[in-house]
Amino acid sequence: MIKVTNLKKRFNDLEVLKGIDFEIKDREVLSIIGPSGSGKSTLIRCLNFLETPEEGIIEIGSAKLDATKPTRKEIQQLRDQTAMVFQNYNLYRNKTALQNVTESLIVVKKIPKKEAEELGMELLKQVGLVEKRDNYPATLSGGQQQRVSIARALAQRPHAILFDEPTSSLDPELVSEVLQVIKSIAELDTTMIIVTHEMEFAREVSDHVIFMADGYIVEEGTSSEFFNNPQKDRTKQFLRNYYGEKQNRG
Amino acid sequence: MNFHPEYILELLPTIAKYIPITLFMAVVAMIIAVVLGMVLGLMRNSDNPLLRSSASVYISFFRAIPMLVQLFLIYYGLPQLFPIFTKMDAVTAAIIAFGFKQAAFLAEIFRAAFLSVDRGQMEACLTGGMTRVQAYRRIILPQAARNALPATGNIFISLIKETSLAFTLGVVEIFAEAKMQAAESFRFFEAYLAVALIYWVLIIIYSYLQERLEKYLDRPYRT
Repeated sequence: MIKVTNLKKRFNDLEVLKGIDFEIKDREVLSIIGPSGSGKSTLIRCLNFLETPEEGIIEIGSAKLDATKPTRKEIQQLRDQTAMVFQNYNLYRNKTALQNVTESLIVVKKIPKKEAEELGMELLKQVGLVEKRDNYPATLSGGQQQRVSIARALAQRPHAILFDEPTSSLDPELVSEVLQVIKSIAELDTTMIIVTHEMEFAREVSDHVIFMADGYIVEEGTSSEFFNNPQKDRTKQFLRNYYGEKQNRG
Repeated sequence: MNFHPEYILELLPTIAKYIPITLFMAVVAMIIAVVLGMVLGLMRNSDNPLLRSSASVYISFFRAIPMLVQLFLIYYGLPQLFPIFTKMDAVTAAIIAFGFKQAAFLAEIFRAAFLSVDRGQMEACLTGGMTRVQAYRRIILPQAARNALPATGNIFISLIKETSLAFTLGVVEIFAEAKMQAAESFRFFEAYLAVALIYWVLIIIYSYLQERLEKYLDRPYRT
């Protein structure tokens, strides 16, 4: 379970999150969508304390934290419960694909190297990159790097995986290979939160959708409710703009 | 013309005997400079204003004063304040002075090298459950080291050359030996050319080794 209560975050004078509440069950996939600057990336980065919120309660799996007085230990627990896939992949540049996957296993979970490597190879197989095990990130395409980073996230066996715009820096022709991998993981009943601009993908993969604007949750619902029958004008306009543009382009 | 190249050949082995003391001072001073420079570099990047400003003052001071002034300050000056330093020999004083000064220069190089590592690397480490110390050791430092190596190599080259100043404290290294040979034979040009050639060869060898190391560290980043 993930439960967020009254989460608030400001950057100096700018209030980015103005009291966010939501809850998802285990094995659910939540997509967060919304215009640029709506606070969705900040929200997902607050969940593992890459950004420090001023207020709010965050519960993820067995970790619970009150943002007004977080301890170092609570932050560590929160990070243990989550793994993150970044927009820019952020693979360890000095490590090979396999080492990227095994790094946390060896350093944090203290799993013997050999065992970690076996596990790492399984995960590389799952994302279709076995033959790239000894490649450094610099020699991989964006799509391949993002798939390695998904394998790295899976290796942590987290309670939930957080995806922060996982396809936004990819060349268009590489987007689908990454979305395929994310879908295949969703089908394994992994709990996930995905910030994305890919509406069709969000519609297909999500159980639940949140639409954010100006630091608020404007509307939320199940994927079919949300996309087929949006209630709020702001949401309707956003979806209309998105699909309108798609049509014009296509 | 009064120039005897064969005298240079004769002198080379005599002067070369002092290469170990020259290199000893350079290497030990470099180790001090790297360790101290790393600490100062991290202090300069720290969130704590007290750490930041004390590192800045250190760097400002040691970058400003001439090497010779610093050597005299430590070797001849300190014993006046603290008698315990009268026991300090000239080699130790020189090593300390060289190390402290170059630490100031290295601090700036290291600070920039740490900043040059993308912030996302640290974020990936933290979300992967690593502590900051683990992240620095396993991910940030190796990447920063590669960025810092070329400039750090220049510091070491300066250090090798600067050890010649230790002669002013009475340390007999290659330059001091050349000076004595010159004074004895009155063949100044040959003696100083001989020692110049030795510095040149030392630095050619070092540069070659550094190039090899750079290539090695560069492996992960070649496309």
